[in-house]
Amino acid sequence: MSTADTFRQADAALKKKRAWHWLEYVFWLAVAATVFLFPSQHTLLTQIAIWSLFALSLDLLLGYAGIVSLGHAAYFGFGAYVAALFAINFTGEPLTVLLVAGIAAGLLGLVTSLLVLRGSDLTRLMVTLGIALVMYELANQMSWLTGGADGLTGMPVNPVFGVFPISFRPTNSYIYVLCVLFVLFVVARRIVHSPFGYSLRAIKGNPLRASSIGISTNRRLIAVYALGAAYAGVAGALLAQTTPVVSLTYIDFQRSADVLLMLIIGGTGYLYGGIVGSALFLIAQKFIGNVTPQYWEFWIGFALVVIALFARDRGVFSIIERVANALRKEKAKP
Amino acid sequence: MLTILFDGIAYGMLLFVISCGLAVTLGLMNFVNLAHGAFAMLGGYCAYVLVNFYGVPFFASLPVAFLFAAMIGLVAERSLYVHFYNRSHLEQVLFTIGLVFMTSALVDYFLGSQQRFINLPSYLQGRFDFFGVGIGKYRLLIILVCALIVIVLQLILGHTRFGSRLRAAVDDQRVARGLGINVNRVFALTFAAGCGLAGLGGALGAEILSLEPHFPLKFMIYFLIVVSVGGTSSITGPFLASILLGIGDVAGKYYAPRFGGFVIYTIMIVVLVLRPQGLFTRGTSK
Amino acid sequence: MLRKSFLAALAATALAVGTLPAAAQETVKIGIITPLTGPFASTGKQHETAARLYMQQHGTTVAGKKIELIIRDDAGRAENTARIASELIQNDKVSFIAGFGLTPLAMATAPIATNAKVPMIVMMAGTSIITERSPYIVRTSFTLGQSAVIIADWAAKNKVKKVVTLVTDYAPGHDAEKSFVDQFKSKGGEIVESIRVPIQNPDYAPFLQRVLDAKPDALYVFVPSGQGSILMKQYVERGLDKSGIRLIGTGDITDDDILNGFGDAAIGVITAHMYSTAHPSAMNKEYVAAFKKLNPSLRPNFASVGAYDGMHLIYEALKKTNGKTDGDALIAAMKGLKWESPRGPISIDPETRDIVQTIYIRKVEKKDGELYNVEFESFPDVKDPVKAAKK
Repeated sequence: MSTADTFRQADAALKKKRAWHWLEYVFWLAVAATVFLFPSQHTLLTQIAIWSLFALSLDLLLGYAGIVSLGHAAYFGFGAYVAALFAINFTGEPLTVLLVAGIAAGLLGLVTSLLVLRGSDLTRLMVTLGIALVMYELANQMSWLTGGADGLTGMPVNPVFGVFPISFRPTNSYIYVLCVLFVLFVVARRIVHSPFGYSLRAIKGNPLRASSIGISTNRRLIAVYALGAAYAGVAGALLAQTTPVVSLTYIDFQRSADVLLMLIIGGTGYLYGGIVGSALFLIAQKFIGNVTPQYWEFWIGFALVVIALFARDRGVFSIIERVANALRKEKAKP
Repeated sequence: MLTILFDGIAYGMLLFVISCGLAVTLGLMNFVNLAHGAFAMLGGYCAYVLVNFYGVPFFASLPVAFLFAAMIGLVAERSLYVHFYNRSHLEQVLFTIGLVFMTSALVDYFLGSQQRFINLPSYLQGRFDFFGVGIGKYRLLIILVCALIVIVLQLILGHTRFGSRLRAAVDDQRVARGLGINVNRVFALTFAAGCGLAGLGGALGAEILSLEPHFPLKFMIYFLIVVSVGGTSSITGPFLASILLGIGDVAGKYYAPRFGGFVIYTIMIVVLVLRPQGLFTRGTSK
Repeated sequence: MLRKSFLAALAATALAVGTLPAAAQETVKIGIITPLTGPFASTGKQHETAARLYMQQHGTTVAGKKIELIIRDDAGRAENTARIASELIQNDKVSFIAGFGLTPLAMATAPIATNAKVPMIVMMAGTSIITERSPYIVRTSFTLGQSAVIIADWAAKNKVKKVVTLVTDYAPGHDAEKSFVDQFKSKGGEIVESIRVPIQNPDYAPFLQRVLDAKPDALYVFVPSGQGSILMKQYVERGLDKSGIRLIGTGDITDDDILNGFGDAAIGVITAHMYSTAHPSAMNKEYVAAFKKLNPSLRPNFASVGAYDGMHLIYEALKKTNGKTDGDALIAAMKGLKWESPRGPISIDPETRDIVQTIYIRKVEKKDGELYNVEFESFPDVKDPVKAAKK
């Protein structure tokens, strides 16, 4: 077999893997349907979509490259502040703002990745956390620029393409955010199913072996870290565009922790986990919060413990899977 | 100047007592226990309820706080934690954060969300001069108690049967089991002791750190820093790291109040980038 | 079985949905958005208790309309506040939004209130600029400047010449520092040093050591209400009280809700603020007793009167508009309203929609075994000094 043949075969195998499953079409159609089905919930849905993108960005690191981060909000918040400042000083054209925020956060990711790539899980956890805490302090100290604890307001948001106004229009905002999420999702999907994506998984599985078959481990990890940071930056910019204030909570520890929780609930390493997890988390938080505004934390905590007890890898889905398996066994019994 | 040093040591000692249990679970048992602060909080609240509601003397409340947190730790370990020893770190994070949410909400429900303070006897308040160095009485107490704990810990780990069993279990679980050591029991007891120490630290630290339902999340970062900077191969590592952080934090705030917030985090990042295994390890990497 | 209950649930939902619009015509809904969890949870609890108390005392019918209270938790996070506000306006059709425990939370909601023309009652957040962010904002709490300027006046009059200021390094802290420093200097005082401490700061010892070494006549402090207690304990521990340095500040540091837990360390601290649980009026005594009956675990503090008076403002405005819920009419009705509150006489400035009230100088004393802020001097009709200076 010639080398050309091998390449061709490998290429065909990759193509087959990255073809869309029918369930994925159903999923996205269902997501699109929410625009018409729940007109009164568009503000909540917008936030779910933004968190989804943010969780997706973390999934790129965690699910595909195995980098645990407890400070991912650093890039989210940085993107949001860049977006707001850029919009205030230059132009409020939303897509330009997203692009600028994404690039800026990506660059920050590129620089900081050098700090993150060393050491074990625990070390990474702490270094990412440290970076986020330093960013938080910076945003707080530079109040002349960021507004400090008062937050940054007055960010202009022009209509998309000059014709599609989004400020104060929950439905339009939702459609806009959803479109951005979908496009970036497709891009991410393409990337993780490319040779680059597979090399990442090889590194995640066993870095030593990966480098011994000629994968330059560090360069790839840096690249995916910057990519994840850029995605997070775009998510931050989206939240800045759909909320009237950019405040320190964009960058605080709780945001980093929440996004990690959402991703784990939904499951890592298949891109949909972030979307499912953030939807479940936020919907649960809202409805439990409405019933018991003071003590919803208890029930959320309870749910987390239960999920953790029964879930594996794929988050809540593994629970569904196990229940389904159990039922099947039950049926199989005579 | 010496006062600053003294304060830093007291603060560091406190951090150590609370987080040494975490060093054991995280470092030795390889378990990401983000709920560690919750045990410290429970110990603190236990002392608060005893002293303020039932008039128990402050010193008597400290051992009770230890036992209370240790008991809860033991129950939690046997009923819940034990299911997570062989699971991924992510599931451990999910589980322990869930625990934190639950304890915070419960404390809020039963004791309210305001800050609480333990009524201290008057002889522990204020400070005295010692050759020109101002010494806070309460901080002196913290240093004494913590120093005592460190010595006891060292003795237990180094000179008792239980200590050698624990070290064996940590070094190689399988061989330890083969030698007839009941590893599960060793871990359970260690875990409980770690929780108890956290509870004791919570009770001691209530005066300086203040108790509120949000406590576990607020200070979790500090505990994690101590453990990650100190490394987890021995008890001296986290101890030295705590002292270093305590002094660094206090001195940083005194000499450069503007940048006080950065000092502790910057120390951590620099240390971890240069020595990913922690500052005080024997230099071997696994 | 399962199916049956499912159908029943479905029917119940349909019934509920069907009856909602009809009921909406007769009710006026008030949405309170406040932090009920997280580090600022005690503010939310004060708000909730006070609002419920007001409705218990004054009935749930105003100008022929039934009043319904909806309480939501935003956990102190701005994007939640903004989301909940727009949901309450859009889905629940509330006629008022109220609460707002922190400045960014109010700032995030201001454009939503403007856009929907819904009156927004700020019951806590104290940064001056908030009321300028929307013509639909009315404030019933206080501004930081009010207390800071008054305590500066008082200090200058009472032989305090050299002061060190110590504030938390975030926007409200900067406000509190600037108002105090400007006023104190204009009265001839000297600021020896201005210290700003980071927000994430569990230990005040090193900063206080710095103060001790600077030897001023007084230390002026502003920290978020929860942290005052730690600071005060360490103030005594460090022996600042014995070295003749007086502790003065805005009322946030001697928050009535937690003051009693401070221990004797707090005795003698002098602060300026608009409300004390120990305010010696008959109305306040009744208020405190009723409040404690409703929620025995809380002692009403300045956040509670913000909410109590906010509810009063809403009731009075509705009376004036005969139950009409048009936003502009309601705001017009609120402007210039004057009434007697548990804190004393207050009014809404018709120009700025901000609160005008008496600021009291108080000293922490022990009464019946509990610590209270005892008022001993008062400055009536204080407006927000920051806005006054702009004119």
